[in-house]
Amino acid sequence: MPAGVSEGGDATSGGDTPRRKPSRAPRTPMPEQSPVERRGNFDEVTLGYSPEEAVAEAERCLQCKNPTCIEGCPVNIDIKSFLARVIDGDFHGGVEVIKVKNVLPSVCGRVCPQEDQCEVVCVLAKKYEPVAIGRVERFLGDFDLACDIEARCHPEVGEPTGRSAAIVGSGPAGLACAQELARLGHSVAMLEGLHAPGGVLVYGIPEFRLPKDIVQAEIDALIEMGVELRTNVVVGKTVTLDELMGEEGFGTVFIGSGAGLPVFLGIPGENLNGVYSANEFLTRNNLMKAYLFPEYDTPIWRGRKIAVVGGGNVAMDSARTALRLGAEEVFLVYRRSEEEMPARAEEVEHAREEGVEFKMLCSPAEVTGRDGWVTGLVATRMELGEPDDSGRRSPVCVMGSDFEIACDTVIMAVGTRANPLISDAAPGLELTDRGYIVTGDDGSTSLPGVYAGGDIVTGAATVIEAMGAGKRAATAMDAWLQRPR
Amino acid sequence: MFPIVHKRRLSRSVYEMGVQAPAIARKAKAGQFFILRTDEEGERIPLTFSDWDPESGVISFIFMRVGKTTHQLSHLETGDALADVTGPLGIPTHVDGLGRVAVVGGGVGAAVAYPVARAMQEAGSDVTVVLGARNADLLILEEEFRSLGVDLIVVTDDGSAGRKALVTEPLRELCETGAIDSAMAIGPTIMMRFCAETAAEHGVPCVVSLNPIMVDGTGMCGSCRVTVGGETRFACVDGPDFDGHEVDFEELMSRQRVYTDEERLADAEYTEECSCRLE
Ligand SMILES: Cc1cc2nc3c(=O)[nH]c(=O)nc-3n(C[C@H](O)[C@H](O)[C@H](O)COP(=O)(O)OP(=O)(O)OC[C@H]3O[C@@H](n4cnc5c(N)ncnc54)[C@H](O)[C@@H]3O)c2cc1C
Ligand SMILES: Cc1cc2nc3c(=O)[nH]c(=O)nc-3n(C[C@H](O)[C@H](O)[C@H](O)COP(=O)(O)OP(=O)(O)OC[C@H]3O[C@@H](n4cnc5c(N)ncnc54)[C@H](O)[C@@H]3O)c2cc1C
Ligand code: SF4
Ligand code: SF4
Ligand code: FES
Repeated sequence: MPAGVSEGGDATSGGDTPRRKPSRAPRTPMPEQSPVERRGNFDEVTLGYSPEEAVAEAERCLQCKNPTCIEGCPVNIDIKSFLARVIDGDFHGGVEVIKVKNVLPSVCGRVCPQEDQCEVVCVLAKKYEPVAIGRVERFLGDFDLACDIEARCHPEVGEPTGRSAAIVGSGPAGLACAQELARLGHSVAMLEGLHAPGGVLVYGIPEFRLPKDIVQAEIDALIEMGVELRTNVVVGKTVTLDELMGEEGFGTVFIGSGAGLPVFLGIPGENLNGVYSANEFLTRNNLMKAYLFPEYDTPIWRGRKIAVVGGGNVAMDSARTALRLGAEEVFLVYRRSEEEMPARAEEVEHAREEGVEFKMLCSPAEVTGRDGWVTGLVATRMELGEPDDSGRRSPVCVMGSDFEIACDTVIMAVGTRANPLISDAAPGLELTDRGYIVTGDDGSTSLPGVYAGGDIVTGAATVIEAMGAGKRAATAMDAWLQRPR
Repeated sequence: MFPIVHKRRLSRSVYEMGVQAPAIARKAKAGQFFILRTDEEGERIPLTFSDWDPESGVISFIFMRVGKTTHQLSHLETGDALADVTGPLGIPTHVDGLGRVAVVGGGVGAAVAYPVARAMQEAGSDVTVVLGARNADLLILEEEFRSLGVDLIVVTDDGSAGRKALVTEPLRELCETGAIDSAMAIGPTIMMRFCAETAAEHGVPCVVSLNPIMVDGTGMCGSCRVTVGGETRFACVDGPDFDGHEVDFEELMSRQRVYTDEERLADAEYTEECSCRLE
């Protein structure tokens, strides 16, 4: 066993079954399309482990007595056990372990910021590279999806309870909540404002990072469980919360409507042609398939030089989408330094490999234009000051350091706000001063029987956190539905 | 799917259509719009309700054939269906307590003006409608307006129907004679701009119904942003009605042209493919 690991990890023979020694091989690399190749297509960048690779990676796990990895996962998946199943070649068993806590392993394995969650606290990470937990999870999720629908790991659907729930929004929070309530035997209707379900998984995260047929397969599985999907229903407009709980007869409602409102910086020139919010740019491309124009009708302006403002996943996705639409140069303009970028490490690395040029410590001051179209982005150089409350060192302007980046497109990926459509039509719903819904730990809101979770409660967060919130709320909603009356 | 239950051609390039969409028909109000998609490859386009009936569950709308999607729509018939219809979206037009009001409907804007004028009339306002079009062929809904019992002034650019004038002329007269307390203009952006300017000259408030390019229609993308009173507003959720004196029309018109090249390409390809003879 590698020296220095035993103190924290207590690698053991794994309790029930005697285990072979953990492998000391380095982290199993993920096969992927080469940067040159993938810049020219929208196919998935990473190709996934083969069964042999998955086993080889799982064999690196020490099967710790005190598996700290589990604490690192927001929904506490029993990581140690699913890795043990993989070591034994029992992939079905591995899927079952994961699905107790997380119904979308194919999705989370791809998009979780593992380096900040499960993997950062893996005992191996102290000295070596952590187990690639996310990649093995993805392998298991994909393994399950490749099975015939009957052979897949489905939760048992309980006896019908005769009670019903409405789920507003079909992003990760809504999907997890719907699945859990259906499993408990309640009749569930999922209402989605757009024409297609999936939330950010479909309109935000691009195909090359999360293929849409995976999301669709997961939604099909929900429908198979009896969940009724109603698209084109905008709650607050087509129907209100009151009506859902009243004449529509739902016993409880879950709001998982996300943080869908794009933020602009309020700098001059932001309404010039060629300035997009990341939401619009990504929605046109992902949901409306503008990259396939004119086969699909929705157009997108394909710039040659693009400045993307922001440093999160949304900014990376925009920058890499722009490259794939044929941009010659893509700049990523971020106010802070690279260490502070909230994007997943893998996306940053992929973006760099593909040729995105990073302009760190630059704060946009103005979009310049001619005849209504963008010609450049003026930015001010920044320096890092003292750390703020969040521990991040906040940037301060360097006076007189303005410079202009010549470009024909600017994409603003500087955050989102709460969408007020639902709350405007529900006067009693308590909100924070920023418009997010106030909930208890169990997701309960100020309205009896109404629960909420995901980005509409926390502000922009992660897929797995939204799913966790959806599932927690489902437990409380179940209790609410079963309450003595 | 949303079945088409009636369709009628109102002029050379303007059609009326009715679609079964009960949940929406129950909620629609004058001045609101919806978003449709004809099929899986289709674009999401916004159109305003011209009528709705909660009983039968039918929503009606009037559209002008201007590009690929509306062209495609013009080929659909009763019995066909639309892939998606979402709504009602936007804030209903303010119709209460307006006193004496002029509603100006230009071109296909008349389709939006019709339910608005009707709702204002029902709310007890004294409504004058100025109905304008380039020529008699393009004039729509004259009979419908007449049967509302509002004061109706018809104008055409070439005098082929009604007065030979632009809509701003009767509007100016109404303002000058103090015959109206406020105005609402609905039609091509340039027309709304001149109506707002005309009303402003006489200190008459003028609401306009804006039509920027939209995608989701729910506040999520920001495509529909317009500058009103120096602030950025999203027309799909904050509008589509705004104070015409405050709107940056120049910017709006520029933003409406973002996709001109792509729109032309899409419609040219479609025209070839459908081989209909556009007259
Ligand atoms: C481009 C992008 C990339 C991201 N990358 C990652 C990543 O790599 N890893 C990660 O963990 N997280 C990532 N995130 C964040 C993550 O996607 C979100 O935290 C998560 O999707 C939130 O889930 P949700 O269910 O709360 O909301 P959403 O996914 O936003 O879903 C909300 C759904 O509700 C619908 N809705 C809204 N209002 C209404 C209404 N009034 N009526 C009916 N339906 C309504 C919306 O249309 C939508 O479908 C990314 C986000 C974006 C935008
Ligand atoms: C709130 C609102 C209400 C409207 N109501 C009506 C109506 O009742 N009747 C009617 O005939 N038209 C209406 N319009 C305009 C209508 O949406 C456009 O004519 C239609 O989108 C054109 O699509 P196309 O593919 O046929 O043409 P395209 O070739 O795509 O475009 C032609 C013109 O339509 C505009 N346009 C294109 N796509 C969109 C879009 N997604 N959203 C908005 N504008 C777009 C373009 O700026 C261009 O000027 C309304 C627009 C808005 C925003
Ligand atoms: S769900 Fe995310 S955080 Fe949890 S184990 Fe899987 S990859 Fe790690
Ligand atoms: S994944 Fe890491 S922390 Fe978890 S059991 Fe294996 S070695 Fe230990
Ligand atoms: S159309 Fe997307 S925000 Fe208005």
